[in-house]
Amino acid sequence: MLQIKNLHASIEGNEILKGINLEVNKGEIHAIMGPNGSGKSTLASVLAGRDLFDITDGEILYEGKNLLEMAPEERAREGIFLGFQYPVEIPGVSMMNFLKTAVNEQRKHRGQDPMKSSDFLKMMREKKDLVEIDSNLTNRSVNEGFSGGEKKRNEIFQMAMLDPQLSILDETDSGLDIDALKIVAHGVNKLKSPENATIVITHYQRLLNYIIPDKVHVLYGGQIVRSGDKDLAIELEEKGYDWLRKETTNQ
Amino acid sequence: MSIDAQSIDLKDRFADFFYKNLETLKDGLPEHINEHREKAIQSFQKQGIPNKKVEAYKYTDLNPAFEQKYRTYLRPKSIDFDLNDIFHCDVPALDTHVVLLLNGWYYEAKTPQKKLPNGVIITSLREAANEYPDLVKKHYNQYADPEKESLTALNTAFAQDGVFIYVPRGKTLDKPVQVINLLMDEEDGMSQHRNLFIMEENSHSQVVVCDHTLSQRNFLTNSVTEVYAGQNAQMDFVRIQNEHNGSTQLSNFYLNQERDSRVMANTISLHGGLIRNNYNLRLNGENCENSTMGLYLTDRGQHIDSYVHMDHAYPHCRSNQLFKGVLDDYATGAFNGRILVRQDAQKTEAYQANNNILLTDDAKMNSKPQLEIYADDVKCSHGGTSGQLNGDAMFYLRSRGIPLKEAQLLLMYAFAHEVIGEINITPLQDRIHELVEKRLRGELSRCNYCQMHCGDAGKN
Repeated sequence: MLQIKNLHASIEGNEILKGINLEVNKGEIHAIMGPNGSGKSTLASVLAGRDLFDITDGEILYEGKNLLEMAPEERAREGIFLGFQYPVEIPGVSMMNFLKTAVNEQRKHRGQDPMKSSDFLKMMREKKDLVEIDSNLTNRSVNEGFSGGEKKRNEIFQMAMLDPQLSILDETDSGLDIDALKIVAHGVNKLKSPENATIVITHYQRLLNYIIPDKVHVLYGGQIVRSGDKDLAIELEEKGYDWLRKETTNQ
Repeated sequence: MSIDAQSIDLKDRFADFFYKNLETLKDGLPEHINEHREKAIQSFQKQGIPNKKVEAYKYTDLNPAFEQKYRTYLRPKSIDFDLNDIFHCDVPALDTHVVLLLNGWYYEAKTPQKKLPNGVIITSLREAANEYPDLVKKHYNQYADPEKESLTALNTAFAQDGVFIYVPRGKTLDKPVQVINLLMDEEDGMSQHRNLFIMEENSHSQVVVCDHTLSQRNFLTNSVTEVYAGQNAQMDFVRIQNEHNGSTQLSNFYLNQERDSRVMANTISLHGGLIRNNYNLRLNGENCENSTMGLYLTDRGQHIDSYVHMDHAYPHCRSNQLFKGVLDDYATGAFNGRILVRQDAQKTEAYQANNNILLTDDAKMNSKPQLEIYADDVKCSHGGTSGQLNGDAMFYLRSRGIPLKEAQLLLMYAFAHEVIGEINITPLQDRIHELVEKRLRGELSRCNYCQMHCGDAGKN
């Protein structure tokens, strides 16, 4: 589904990603771990199409298509979803209007008619239950005045509404208490199918107790320095990132 | 000091014209209106047409607009058809007392009941001046200050008609008064109407003013509106400016608020060639509340300049100014807002903000908030921003599949909402939402079924 080959990306002349290689297949959950500043969020942003970064080398193929040539909205319509580390507050744009526009744009892309209001409301109700999101939140402006936990749950809610092929969750777990974390993880697990894939970006191993990854990668200094199965996460948790830091420096 | 030969010419041209037509100007109006004229024209001659050398007009030179030749309407222009046939306000569910001004003159054929059973009077200034001399004399030209504003001086010299509204003590207007200013002629025209709204103690009122151009000629309007809000009076004022690119609209709004009164004024500028809105607001008693807001959406060569003078003269008053604009293409704008807190005005709360979105590199906005505070126990703030649409918010919307254009619209619409959301007349608020959305989409912003399309006219 997704192939990242030798990806180099920089911002204002500073190289952040220094040759990333990664392959994600349908039905898989990948976890990308790493210390702060290792390039995790940059990778997520580049996949979603943020134009702050210059791609200096490499390529990304998504379902065989050149992802880097696509605008963010095209990527979204092709089934890519980014759960933001810091969801943006947009005062004055109602959640309802926002979601309706997003869902209908996706339907348009698939050649479907806009959703009937009653069907849309029904879908909203169902998906809201999945992440136990407060009904009132959808009557408000996008993320405005939401607590940290509400914002993260709102990301998973949007993911549920848009039903993506490839979800990239950027530190969706950070700042969450254990109950909120369980709710978010439950949402992700519920949405998992043999047809879609998820990349979970996290700083902490804790999330991986609730979302079991097929593969774990450690990103350090802009490169994937180690890949393994879920046990790698546990090893990391025990030994800390310093363990890898030393190993990498020694190489 | 250097002397600009051209503006001398222009001043004198207006003065000449004034003295030649003085008898016509005075005709049919009582002395308590006419007595202000000569002093006003002298004051105008002293000040001249504002140009960029005048501090308050630093970003707007009015000379080019005044140099054009216009027909002046010293007598009402007779039209041989019913305006009702071509003009019909299209705001669903908005039930109002409609009053039409055609080229600055009260249009009799469209007059509602002039005197309502509860004593409310809605009529022409001309008629009011003759029928209710004491009332008019007490307020006319008492809040406007021709000595300080040459446009007001010019208006005071030439004004012959306009709208008069009187809501007596303790009375409520059963529905909003809607004043529709129509400009229509086969020649370029200039009008200088004068409105007087007297809202007495404990009264409640809502007034909506709509400005439309109905023909493609160039028009210049230089209007003065004086509003008196008595003790504990409540008033909502909404203005929708929707004229084509060949129009110059100079509007001078004078408001005097007595103690415990509350006035909310909201101006939505959808379209216009050159707009200058002067707001002179005086909180003339304790515990007044004032909210003055503006939203302007401009593109191409349009220019809008808002000038606010908020005078806190007494303690415990609250005022809030919010002016927001979206400027596209090579449109330009200016905001000059001054808050004056006098020495006795302790416990004043006065806020002011001017926020702008510039959609292109060529659009320009000059914003100058000013605070002048002589009291020591006050809460005041002012601030201005001009910038592009928020990049993070744009990316967030696009990452959900919303196309660039649509994302921009959503954000601009959200930006505008802060002002529109404050309009207290619900059907009007809904309609303005729609009009603003259309305007932002670049679609026709016509808001009536008339045969002429103001929005279209601007696009030629």
